[in-house]
Amino acid sequence: MNTASLLVFDGLLLLSIVSLAWASLATRDERRSVILFMAFGLVLAMAWGRLLAPDVALAEAAIGAGLSGALLLAAVRKQPRPLSSGSTRGSRYLDGAQVRTVSRWGVTLLCAALAGALAWALLHAFNNAPQDALHRSISANLEASGVSNPVTAVLLNFRAYDTLLELAVLLTAVLGIISLGQTTTGYTPAGPVFEGLVRWLVPILILTAGYLLWVGAHAPGGAFQAGATLAAAGVVLRLAGRRIIGLPDGFMLRIVMVAGIGVFLLVGLTVLVLGRPFLDYPPAWAGALILMIETAAMLSIAATLLLAFVGGQPRSMPARAVANQQHEEMS
Amino acid sequence: MLTAQLLYGLTGCVIVALGLRGALLHPSLLQRVVAINVMGAGVFMMLIAIAYRGPDLPPDPVPQALVLTGIVVAVSATALALALARRLHVEQGND
Amino acid sequence: MINLLSSILILAGLFFYLAGSIGLLRLPDLYTRLHALTKADNLGLGLLAAGLALYSQHPLTALKLLLVWLAVLAASAASAHLIARQARRQETRP
Repeated sequence: MNTASLLVFDGLLLLSIVSLAWASLATRDERRSVILFMAFGLVLAMAWGRLLAPDVALAEAAIGAGLSGALLLAAVRKQPRPLSSGSTRGSRYLDGAQVRTVSRWGVTLLCAALAGALAWALLHAFNNAPQDALHRSISANLEASGVSNPVTAVLLNFRAYDTLLELAVLLTAVLGIISLGQTTTGYTPAGPVFEGLVRWLVPILILTAGYLLWVGAHAPGGAFQAGATLAAAGVVLRLAGRRIIGLPDGFMLRIVMVAGIGVFLLVGLTVLVLGRPFLDYPPAWAGALILMIETAAMLSIAATLLLAFVGGQPRSMPARAVANQQHEEMS
Repeated sequence: MLTAQLLYGLTGCVIVALGLRGALLHPSLLQRVVAINVMGAGVFMMLIAIAYRGPDLPPDPVPQALVLTGIVVAVSATALALALARRLHVEQGND
Repeated sequence: MINLLSSILILAGLFFYLAGSIGLLRLPDLYTRLHALTKADNLGLGLLAAGLALYSQHPLTALKLLLVWLAVLAASAASAHLIARQARRQETRP
């Protein structure tokens, strides 16, 4: 490919990324900031595609731009309209803590110094000879890992412990969200246009999630992207004002939420009992085990992300227990 | 060292600084959460630039897996931060 | 030959995107801007997808691009409708 044209493309892409980030943080209007952040996420996904990271691009588009944007937009709901285009008077998020101009300049200089330090470290790292040992050992062991997509192999086999802890982080965040209060108010039922869209969009999203889960073994995809797509289906149902958004009730919800971690631990401990190190799958079974773990992880991720969007205690908890809890906290 | 790595890595540093400044100075809590996400995106950009090895060689999968993990952790932290903000305003009686 | 044809289609798509963006910046009203954005951008996407499908010379990729275009068409039409309806409601509110 012509390197000059690629350079122009890179320059334009990076310019738009930096301008979107700047604009998102420079504006005073919160809605505008959130929408610019979503656009930033999508252009970032393009950058990941250009840097030959398609799994990351899929995840960024689905989770980073899509679900983060949905969460942030749900948070600015019911804000009073800004009086002028610049003010956010009456916004519920203003702290009242303004920083003096001198301190602002000090912080800006410190951040610039941080950027300089990071850039120096990066250049220093690049100037040393590239260490290929890790990459070579991954390519050497790829067949034994059970999948042929190297990113999936790293995530679910070579560094499976990290992924297990990541699922635990997700679960902890949702436990925090549940313990903080009731679900956010629902949305009004959809009109005919939106309802028509929902009727065919949600089945396609579910199908796409299944496809991403399956194809993650040999092409870009995987459990996280599939889980995010499934959560997006639930978000669309909730935005259309439906009561049933795909989350199971009560006990089943708890089962689904811990399914990812549970199956992961079960596989790891079974392997341990059979005499191998923790989470070291026997190569003959590795593909099947990874698929099993990924399926449970997909359901778990979808349920937790959807619960995070819905915003609080699921409706299935008895109202009296909830009211008693809140009474205890108040007094 | 490739040109693309250099460009994207340095832009990642700039975006981290932008996000940090916003996270420290912005008056609105919501936009501080956005700024922290922007910081995260800058770090991811640095990692993916490190993983890139040119148009001919396959990229290094380990930083890409780290970034994938980071994206999921960032969204769960954002969700928790927003729930905390909502509860904060209920408790302060602003709602 | 195929490259030439697909380049022409892609450039035509880019022209429509440019027109949509100019409309976004220059038109006076929310409704006119929505109109320009939805119509011009979707046509641009269709031409872009056609050019890419031709370039890839693989029927499965062409099918995927067609499905992408149809999905974006429906989703953006519904979103434009919802935005316009909400804006209309907020106008008529006292």
